[in-house]
Amino acid sequence: MPKAKYASLPYILWSLVFVVAPLALVVVFALTTPDGGFTIANVTKVAEYTPVFLRSLWLAVLATAACLLAGYPLAFIMSRQGGISQRTLVMLIMLPMWMNFLLRTYSWMTLLENNGIINSLLGFFGLGPFRMINTQGAVVLGMVYNYLPFMILPLYSIMTKIDGRVIEAAQDLGANSFQVFLRVVLPLSVPGITTGITMVFVPAISTFIISRMLGGGANMMIGDLIDAQFLGNAYNPNLGAAISLVLMIFVLLIMSMLNMFEDSEDKEGLIL
Amino acid sequence: MKPSMNRTSKIYVVLLMLFLYMPIFVLILFSFNENKSRSVWTGFSLHWYRELFSDQLIMTSLKNTLIIAVVASVIALVLGTAAALGIYSMRSRWFKSVLMNITYMPILNPEIVTGVSLLLLFVFGMDAAAKVNGLLGFHLLPELGLGLGTLIIAHVTFCTPYVILNVLPKLRQMDRFVYEAALDLGCSPALAFFKVVIPEIMPGMMTGFLMALTYSIDDFVISYFVSSATTQTLPVTIGAMVRRRISPKINALSAIIFVVVLSILILYNLYSVRKEKQLKKGGESFR
Repeated sequence: MPKAKYASLPYILWSLVFVVAPLALVVVFALTTPDGGFTIANVTKVAEYTPVFLRSLWLAVLATAACLLAGYPLAFIMSRQGGISQRTLVMLIMLPMWMNFLLRTYSWMTLLENNGIINSLLGFFGLGPFRMINTQGAVVLGMVYNYLPFMILPLYSIMTKIDGRVIEAAQDLGANSFQVFLRVVLPLSVPGITTGITMVFVPAISTFIISRMLGGGANMMIGDLIDAQFLGNAYNPNLGAAISLVLMIFVLLIMSMLNMFEDSEDKEGLIL
Repeated sequence: MKPSMNRTSKIYVVLLMLFLYMPIFVLILFSFNENKSRSVWTGFSLHWYRELFSDQLIMTSLKNTLIIAVVASVIALVLGTAAALGIYSMRSRWFKSVLMNITYMPILNPEIVTGVSLLLLFVFGMDAAAKVNGLLGFHLLPELGLGLGTLIIAHVTFCTPYVILNVLPKLRQMDRFVYEAALDLGCSPALAFFKVVIPEIMPGMMTGFLMALTYSIDDFVISYFVSSATTQTLPVTIGAMVRRRISPKINALSAIIFVVVLSILILYNLYSVRKEKQLKKGGESFR
């Protein structure tokens, strides 16, 4: 198809206008004052928000680690099942994903509230009430709940490719289950781990609204900060652009670091 | 392969499923509560469902969501398939890799950055249009605000990469010589394209289209930044409702969405199980 290369022309134009130009505008806004003069004040001002960045990083790392720890065994169990139960489990993992994350987060709001369902249940046994909502724990819980499938599915799709006979061979050769895990399953599942970490960490660190719903006002994250500069009360698009720029560079750096663990060039697992 | 689970695995799976589903079932349960409370059960009622369907704002945003999803996915399908064909036949390696990196951008970039960057572009574009019109003294360029148009543009932008990334592998798997054979046998290039290439990449196009559709329907973050107070999608409306923590209408809405999604997934699974069986049968008779 010799002339087919021109078929991508409309898309090239589209992405120049709606992908490249907007990102260029982010850079321009980050480096200018509201009147249009050049400045680096916005970027240096981002440093004032280091606590917010550190909090976002810490909560995102916690959520990613929790997803990995909880999801890894499940993905392995799933990958060792027969046809129908494997299919059912995949469906059960995917089903909550199709419900909007706001609704899923809202359900945790009703559960964790001070006079919510968990506290009323505990009240029957004479326990509590515990303060659960508006804590950092609640924010991490909300992120784990929302992003767990993003960890399980890439892990699962890599693990289905692990030949059961390899595991049996290791067992026949005298490896105990811990050694089988450490020397066989873990190395073979590394691509799934890096994909899963990327797919949980990126939305987790840039999340907004989940933190506001479950964390209250005190646990603001980078996303909430950016939102406040554009559509919130702290209106300042130039500062917002600078924060977005820092966030974007940070995320892309972390992703390229994760990519170094993988030697394969195809990122197709990412989109699943 | 061991088809059954040992007891520890079973307990683990059940616990995780409880974690995933308990909140959803509580949500659905309280959609039938006659009281406004989200934690105290007082009695069965369909009151909130009636309220939901008479809520004008929710119904309009549902309509917007569906219009935007269909329009954006169709545009993304055409744009993305053409782009994949172009990328596939490109010679220049570095240009290809630059283009692929741009294609990955909306997927890898944090959604909030994509949303913010598009908002900046739209505001910039509107200002520029107003300035040009002001200089000319008449309305040459349309001065549109945020709304259906900007939402559709934004959705096409983040949906097209999924189409490209699903069509490209199908093109690579395709046997080039079949297309050439069709030409040798007297097909015009256009006919050969529709008879040979399109059927080969159809599964990729379908997957890409369906992904575009679901991502578009589900998107909150990007839509939040490029919608207006009057034109919103359902997730944006839900976002506003949830923040005000109002009525159990949200619960009723969740219940309906859950049932719809569940039925689609079950139907899809039944369909693919049947198709697999047919394939197996076909394979046997072939032998």
